[in-house]
Amino acid sequence: MKLQCTPLHAQHLQLGAKMVDFGGWDMPVQYHSILQEHAAVRERAGLFDVSHMGVFEVQGAQALAALDHLFPNDISRLVDGKGLYTQLCNPQGGILDDLLVFRLQADCFWVIVNASNREPDLRWIKEQIRDYDAKVKSLADQTGILALQGPLAGLILSDLVLQPTDRSALPVFSIRTIELAGCEFKISRSGYTGEDGFELYVPHHALCAVWDLLLKHGQIHGLEPVGLGARDTLRLEAAMPLYGHELNDQITPLEAGLGWSVKLDKEADFIGREALEQQKAQGLTKKRIGISMPESKRAPREGYTLYQGEQAVGQVTSGSLSPTLGYPIGMAYVDLPIFDPQISIEVDIRGKRFKAEIVKLPFYRRNS
Amino acid sequence: MSTFFYTKTHECFQIDESGQATIAITEYAVEQLGEITYVQLPEVGQRFEKGEPFGEIESVKTVSELYAPITGTVEAINTELDAQPELVNQAPQIAGWLLKMKPERPEEQDACMTEQAYQDYLENQ
Repeated sequence: MKLQCTPLHAQHLQLGAKMVDFGGWDMPVQYHSILQEHAAVRERAGLFDVSHMGVFEVQGAQALAALDHLFPNDISRLVDGKGLYTQLCNPQGGILDDLLVFRLQADCFWVIVNASNREPDLRWIKEQIRDYDAKVKSLADQTGILALQGPLAGLILSDLVLQPTDRSALPVFSIRTIELAGCEFKISRSGYTGEDGFELYVPHHALCAVWDLLLKHGQIHGLEPVGLGARDTLRLEAAMPLYGHELNDQITPLEAGLGWSVKLDKEADFIGREALEQQKAQGLTKKRIGISMPESKRAPREGYTLYQGEQAVGQVTSGSLSPTLGYPIGMAYVDLPIFDPQISIEVDIRGKRFKAEIVKLPFYRRNS
Repeated sequence: MSTFFYTKTHECFQIDESGQATIAITEYAVEQLGEITYVQLPEVGQRFEKGEPFGEIESVKTVSELYAPITGTVEAINTELDAQPELVNQAPQIAGWLLKMKPERPEEQDACMTEQAYQDYLENQ
């Protein structure tokens, strides 16, 4: 199968990126070094091409009702220009995708989904809202997404954009229109790194110009292009789940530790509600935890088994050396009630047991 | 300088005049792995059949098995790599070597790829 490319493909090659197949997309995994790119985002700023992600527009008199039927979070509490994090669940409460929803107007919303789920999400949403006076369409073929992330992201943007984008004008999880490189487009204060930052939804025809302008201008502030390798270590430190690893259709938001985004008390009935209510009443049989291995040189990796004594108690879903902390960290699911938080835990790394500590998530939290 | 021989799993080795083989991984393998954080090596005296896993190499993003490119017994390991695994990134076939082995069947090298054959193999992947 031929890999899909974003409009910035030539830019990535020119910057010397090492490209990998990411869910059918030929994407930059790193430009020079995952560790350096990771540090750039934590200390200064990084620019990511995440144009493989999907943007859907849901429009119509019943758009709000349709979305409140689709998602466990409370879409009705959004005002114009505000967004939230939620999931798409099946009737069993299993997660089909995790995503952001922004309310542009009372009858028009944007839904930002994972690259690998673009097509199935669109089919699912169409099917589930067909009785509502609302239409969903994908804007992905005309819209690219850039993520500008890091403590200096706001400074870099404010130099280039007339519209205010400081925290009072553009608070976390809000969206507005700006003009950059002669083009008007939407920008939200959001991201997947644990840092302050923005996601820019740029029409394809202006994507290269915006990318080039940001990189060129941001250079004096230490802005670097950042690949998917560092995106993964950044989100891991911030304990943000990744679909296909921490999340899948056999895992509910409650098990994933995302209960804060499930509004069982909201007015609208939503897909998966009954299953989630039941699970909440009966108690969980598994949950997501964080582990760290300060004394180990070897990292926990997806699929490794966790032990307490001779008892297997869970499995790692993501893990890596934490570039910021300097030692390996990971996320895992443990079986309840077998797992005992009072007892020490070990990771089986290819046949040998290594001591791990159970730690509160996230592993990294920015100052401010 | 004797020549390197290569495997499809991206290990390589050269046999010096004393008959000792130095085992390393290739530039290509290093590029695929990215920044290397840890190399798990066997102990001196251990014997491996050609194709048998002798260790593991971890990078920021992944972990891979290392396979013996030739049958033999380990005579030395690169102890520098414990403190400086990045040597493998910097010069995989020089300062970043992994093992020295005494080959039992030096003729096994004839079944491995030459530098040119390995380059062709990479291009056709």
